[in-house]
Amino acid sequence: MADDEIRPDPDALLALARAEADRAARGRLKIFFGSSAGVGKTWAMLDAAQRMRATGSDVVVGVAETHGRSDTARKLEGLELLLPRDVVLQGRTLKEFDLDAALARRPAVVLVDELAHSNAPGSRHPKRWQDVEELRDAGIDVWTTVNVQHIESLNDVVGGITGIRVRETVPDRVFDEASEVVLVDLPTDDLLRRLREGKIYLPEQAERAVRNFFRKGNLMALRELALRRTAERVEDDVRSYRRAHVARDSRAVWQVSDALLVCVGPGAEGDRLVRAAARRAALADAPWHAIYVETPALQRLPEARRRRILQTLKLAESLGATVATLAAEDIAAAVVAYAREHNLGTLVAGQTADRPLRAPWHYLPGRRPFARRVMKAAPEIELMLIARDLASDAAAMPLSGDDEASERTARRARGYAWAAGLCAAVTVLATPLLEVFDLANIVMLFLLAVVLTAVRFGRRAALASALMNVLAFDFFFVPPRFTFSVSDAQYLVTFAVMTVVGLVVGQLTASLQYQVNVARYREQRARGLFEMARDLGRALTVEQVCEIGEKAVGRAFRGHAAILLADDAQRLLPPDAGHGFEPDVGLAQWAYDHGEAAGSGTGTLPGAPALYLPLHAPTRPRGVLALKPSGARLLMIPEQRQLLDTHAALVAIAIERVHFVQVAQDTLLSIESERLRNSLLAALSHDLRTPLTALIGMSENLHAALARRGAGEADDASAILAQARRTAQLVANLLDMARLQAGAVSLHHDWLSLEELTGSALAALKPVLDRHVVHTDLPADLPLLYGDAVLLERVMANLLENAAKYTPPGSLITVSGRPEGESLTVEVSDDGPGLPAGDPDALFLTFKRGDPESSTPGVGLGLSICRAILRAHGGDIEAANRPPPARGAVFRWWLPLRAMPDVEAHL
Amino acid sequence: MNDSASAASAHILIVEDDPGIRRFVRQALEDAGHSVSDADRLQRGLIDAATRKPDLLIVDLGLPDGDGLDLIRELRGWNTQPVIVLSARSGEADKIAALDAGADDYLAKPFSVGELLARVRAALRRATGGHDGTPVIRFGACCFDRARRLLTRDGEPVHLTPVEYRLLALLAAHEGQVLTQRQLLLQVWGPNSVEHAHYLRIYMGHLRRKLEQDASRPRHLLTETGVGYRFVAEPLN
Repeated sequence: MADDEIRPDPDALLALARAEADRAARGRLKIFFGSSAGVGKTWAMLDAAQRMRATGSDVVVGVAETHGRSDTARKLEGLELLLPRDVVLQGRTLKEFDLDAALARRPAVVLVDELAHSNAPGSRHPKRWQDVEELRDAGIDVWTTVNVQHIESLNDVVGGITGIRVRETVPDRVFDEASEVVLVDLPTDDLLRRLREGKIYLPEQAERAVRNFFRKGNLMALRELALRRTAERVEDDVRSYRRAHVARDSRAVWQVSDALLVCVGPGAEGDRLVRAAARRAALADAPWHAIYVETPALQRLPEARRRRILQTLKLAESLGATVATLAAEDIAAAVVAYAREHNLGTLVAGQTADRPLRAPWHYLPGRRPFARRVMKAAPEIELMLIARDLASDAAAMPLSGDDEASERTARRARGYAWAAGLCAAVTVLATPLLEVFDLANIVMLFLLAVVLTAVRFGRRAALASALMNVLAFDFFFVPPRFTFSVSDAQYLVTFAVMTVVGLVVGQLTASLQYQVNVARYREQRARGLFEMARDLGRALTVEQVCEIGEKAVGRAFRGHAAILLADDAQRLLPPDAGHGFEPDVGLAQWAYDHGEAAGSGTGTLPGAPALYLPLHAPTRPRGVLALKPSGARLLMIPEQRQLLDTHAALVAIAIERVHFVQVAQDTLLSIESERLRNSLLAALSHDLRTPLTALIGMSENLHAALARRGAGEADDASAILAQARRTAQLVANLLDMARLQAGAVSLHHDWLSLEELTGSALAALKPVLDRHVVHTDLPADLPLLYGDAVLLERVMANLLENAAKYTPPGSLITVSGRPEGESLTVEVSDDGPGLPAGDPDALFLTFKRGDPESSTPGVGLGLSICRAILRAHGGDIEAANRPPPARGAVFRWWLPLRAMPDVEAHL
Repeated sequence: MNDSASAASAHILIVEDDPGIRRFVRQALEDAGHSVSDADRLQRGLIDAATRKPDLLIVDLGLPDGDGLDLIRELRGWNTQPVIVLSARSGEADKIAALDAGADDYLAKPFSVGELLARVRAALRRATGGHDGTPVIRFGACCFDRARRLLTRDGEPVHLTPVEYRLLALLAAHEGQVLTQRQLLLQVWGPNSVEHAHYLRIYMGHLRRKLEQDASRPRHLLTETGVGYRFVAEPLN
């Protein structure tokens, strides 16, 4: 048991190993961190770079902002500088860091000053820290500088202290992931002295604001923040060290109940809530979620405010949160359910989740403040409330002036018109009935009108209807008729009842309608996905998959979609026209190469009109899905992005499935055709050899019989025999060549001695060679060959037969072998007339003979068979004339030698 | 045809589906003084082998109603008469399979009548005793006395290592017959060495250098390329 406690958790070890591997693969990030401008970060970075260069390292300066300071500029001397990229923007030329040049240069370390810098519009990434991420992905180490006010989660705090908001921020993740953080610290008084001496660069246009910034109190506070943030990081380092080295502690550190849930409302405090939650989560080293619960009321918010909420969610995501949008009527219930489902122990929320001025119905039972309802529903959840800033809330609430609002106004007007119409109709209808019915029943008719209006047009129209109906009822029916008299005050009760009924019904209708909408939307989504999955399941070709995917995605996101497939070289192929838009292949390729989404709504070229999602299949990315939606907002909703990701995953899996089906079919086809080829060759071989065998045998018998009788026809029989043998030889050659060329020969490797190969070839060719002199020169200690015995004997036999065929009787044929380096070389030479003029290599072509008109039999297959066999063994053959004074031809072939297994032990 | 009387008048069964081959083989054998019966199918061949009790069988491997290999396996259940296989297939694997299944020798089509008769003679000689009875084999300039474990060449004793001796003795015991590489390795080196073909190459080289006039043109220790080796005391021609 004791062992169990000490034994590290395998998952933790795996994660650790993965992190180590990542660290090794990615470039390291070193941040020079300071409390404010002027503390000397750039100087410190360049100083370190100079020291690094002195040790011979490959350091390159990508960007260094010297701001004209001579001591800093001096530090640049001797360092290699990358030229900046010129970006022309509205007639001005901006100098930007050239990411591609840095990637192409591939130094060991690149210096990129000012991590928080925003790139000029039109750059690949909107932010410089994204450039740095890409450099690190490419395995390049990066050194950079950051000021404390640029850290995303501290942005508010710094803004609160100094009164100046900085727009350029760096996600905490980047800071926390840095391999090393060097704090560049300068005591506040020294910093102020440097400021007075003009040693700190201040942008001229904002000089006064910046001077305000450099007050002693501010600087001290910033210094404290910077020191604290560094200390937190050091603590993190200690913690991860402990996790790595004291495995037992890993479980104690991880407490899920520390996990945070932040509720984003429609107010401007959203960003503040998110940043506060991010800080807390970072301190506790806990995961956190940010959610937005969309109620029917919130759904009626103007477009601009809804977009703001989505931006807040995006901010949360960039700070490391898991984000979600929920559709529900009761925020508290939805939040509690979400918290329980994800095991989140702490809830961070604004003090009120709704508007500051509450409508009277908010005080109805069940409409208690959000926090109290959460407390009641889930006492175990720890609540953290953050006060709202009403002023900024109001400021952040822009007037709605878009189409959606005007459409709503028109709808409302229609509601009022209907209310008035119904009121008039009831009045007209009820007038003749006054004689028959009690007033109590007449009022029921008016109530009915209110209910109908409420059902159809909601609360506002119901309210108006109630008012109109009470007035009409009082005026036309209550005696004294056609007057509003004082005694009619009792009809205030009627009015109140009608109002309440109208509102209740209107509310019920609205939420019912909302639920219906939500259900319909979900059903639509599920149906869309289901239909696509079903269609993809039926698709047999990649083209079909693409077409189905493009259609389904286009329909689901009300836009145009195109799928770009990758070829074998991992290059994306531009799609055919007819997708409704022209996908940017370059950007798609970037998304494919980096395995990240790019384009609209992402961190890479967000200005692009379309979004590019890599299609990740289980084995490798298969292509890119390009989507140009009708509205960019659609892609910012987390649910929609998830839906799109699901679509992309389905398409990717379908493409892969089709791909593997294709591979399987191809394999089957090639197996089948190989089998067919082999059986055909075997059948051919059998069918040709059998009659030849009979022919040879019978002519031999005939010759013997005739010769016994001394008949003259014995010579004819002998000629038949010779021709039959030649034909048999030809057939054997043709079949062998067909086999070799079809690649149908599988080599039976074995250890062979050249002496034996030569011996059996000579024995087989005895009748052919009986008028030649054959000399063999094979040393006894020649190494063994490793190859197919039958085929290599064939090589020897063909070469010897060739030598016999093309030299006059009595010629000397020599076979010699010797090891040469890593191979064994064999020569078959003769002292005949030598090779014909021309390229000797042409002799090895199929059906080529030295002299095409020669009467010497044979079709010229022998040598090409030799070459095919030797090449299959990894060797080759060449022909040449022997160097003078010797005459004749020499055929030289060689095979690679292999280390022979030990023999001596078995003597 | 100067063999013993029993070999000259042997009864031979040919199992071969091609009438042309059947005809010339029959004629060649009859000319050599043998009596011949033939069968064109595997089943017929089995029945004839059982009823006619031939001294030797010549079996084609590709028969219309089955594989000649199956016939050999069946036959070896109750019959020890020599079997010579005719093979039109060029694959060495078929020949090895036939030899390992119990065939004594093989002929690849097309073959000559001379070869056929030589193989038949050798097989019959082995079957009727042959050299097994006499411990002394003479070949070329050599004399191999197995009883005295002595090998002389031109009257001079030749030293053989134990492995070389075992190898030569095994080949000589099956004079004229092909022994597959596997059979040789198994019986000379033992079951752990059946994959070690290079032993065979090296020791056959040693033996040839000690016994043959020209090791690169052996007359007695013959290579059956891709299959195995054959010892021949009196080569053709």
